[in-house]
Amino acid sequence: MSTLPLITHHCPDAIVAWRDSRPVSARQFLSDVDQVTGLLPAGRSVLNLCRDHYRFAVTLAACIVSGRVSLLPSTHTPEMVRQMRHIAPDVFCIADQDAGGVDLPVFRYPDRTPTSAADRLIPNIDSEQVIAQVFTSGSTGVPEPHLKRWGSLVRSVRAEAQQLGVSAGYATLGTVPAQHMYGLESTLLMPLQSGGSLQATRPFYPADICAALAALPRPRLLVTTPYHLRTLLAESDAVPAADLLLSATAPLARNLAVEAETRFAAPLFEIYGCTETGQIASRRTTHGAAWQTFADVRLRCEAETVWAEGGPVTEPTPLSDVIELVDADPTRFLLHGRHAELVNIAGKRTSLGYLNYHLNAISGVLDGVFLQPLEGDDHATGGIRRLIALVVAPELTPATLMRALRDRIDPVFLPRPLLFVDALPRNAAGKLPDHATRAFLARVQSPTTTGFPT
Amino acid sequence: MSEANLELQSEVARLIVGALNLDIKPEAIQPEARLYGEGMGLDSIDILEVALAVSKRFGFQLRTDNADNVRIFNSLRSLTEHIAAARTK
Repeated sequence: MSTLPLITHHCPDAIVAWRDSRPVSARQFLSDVDQVTGLLPAGRSVLNLCRDHYRFAVTLAACIVSGRVSLLPSTHTPEMVRQMRHIAPDVFCIADQDAGGVDLPVFRYPDRTPTSAADRLIPNIDSEQVIAQVFTSGSTGVPEPHLKRWGSLVRSVRAEAQQLGVSAGYATLGTVPAQHMYGLESTLLMPLQSGGSLQATRPFYPADICAALAALPRPRLLVTTPYHLRTLLAESDAVPAADLLLSATAPLARNLAVEAETRFAAPLFEIYGCTETGQIASRRTTHGAAWQTFADVRLRCEAETVWAEGGPVTEPTPLSDVIELVDADPTRFLLHGRHAELVNIAGKRTSLGYLNYHLNAISGVLDGVFLQPLEGDDHATGGIRRLIALVVAPELTPATLMRALRDRIDPVFLPRPLLFVDALPRNAAGKLPDHATRAFLARVQSPTTTGFPT
Repeated sequence: MSEANLELQSEVARLIVGALNLDIKPEAIQPEARLYGEGMGLDSIDILEVALAVSKRFGFQLRTDNADNVRIFNSLRSLTEHIAAARTK
């Protein structure tokens, strides 16, 4: 059996995390993991809702050493929690604050754990052990599980650290939730697998982010998104120096990358990955458009599909993006956007098929369709554009329909605007051709049009 | 609420509608309605956007540790009261 260690820190005094500018040692981390493992209720499946990155890491590690599987759905709406219960009837959730109305048995993360004096051995974990299930939105309204094995995740974040030059001594601050692949890999597993440390708190406002970054020793690394970068640079006159910036979840405009590199005095790399493969490539945005795969990862074109394989990608996996290899080199590529069906808002991903399924499953909705917003000026500045929905539901009020949608889909995908219409422009085959729908939408949104409630 | 704060409240309502491109009139925001989640339906992305507009207009930065986010953004009224207390311009 091949195994890989839970963390790679070389001595018990090595620093794993920072809280309020105070270090947390590997000794204390392993003790906290032991403590939480001993308190966990029965049940093999866990929804880890801890907002604090250190508590998330301890909880994740406690689940790993006790053979539990962390479920990582893309959202925690009541409908998604019902789906998780269906997939794993024994699921319970672990929270470090109010569980936000999640309808599951709740295990509360202990407020205090004992200070540890004893040294513990770092557990070795079977590379084949499934430690997490990540879900993508199927087009049928049912989330599709992807099994994440320990060995593959560890190889992926070690390859990332190697490519980016992240080594022991780096302190990492993440502004993204650990419950998604990017946050899990770059803010948690990469520090734990490179002998580095992580900032325990996850800051929200730009001023919080600056303070949390300034509290870390150097070299320090900020793991963030185009959206956070934009608000951070717009609001703060002075930002703390960093040594490395990472961005993912949405394309980063080059001018924003240039400004971020100048003001943080650090190189900025974008990370490319998807739920199915995890992170597999990076690029320095200010140095060109081409992406470089992590060591041993190769891309292969086959008809319309590009496959990733090698290194941490244990089985050839089709990528759902429009990708072009540079000079037929299997390690360098250009990204031409996602397939039209896929939706990505502020790093949350779903498909139009999934959203349309749920819209049309609401009682009282006779017909309805979600549309992607058109590319607008605010795209270049990192602004967030919301989805549009056209719906035929003469018996429903907008408030009733929004409430029903809120129960089923993540708030970031709620339509803005939600437009009530008499009928959708379906063709003879019952399909909604994109150009016809767009033309129809333009008519509905035209200020001279009357007869449509707004 | 004082007259000055009522005026501020209207300004904050305009700021929210402007920052988020909302398709409603500022006066349609009920002072006591929940801004977050159900009610006005704002989410964390909107909250950050409003926070940015607030810092530009009123000269102070919202922080997580000096007040409870959820309480500040509970309603138009609570946000107005927080701004009235913290503003520098």
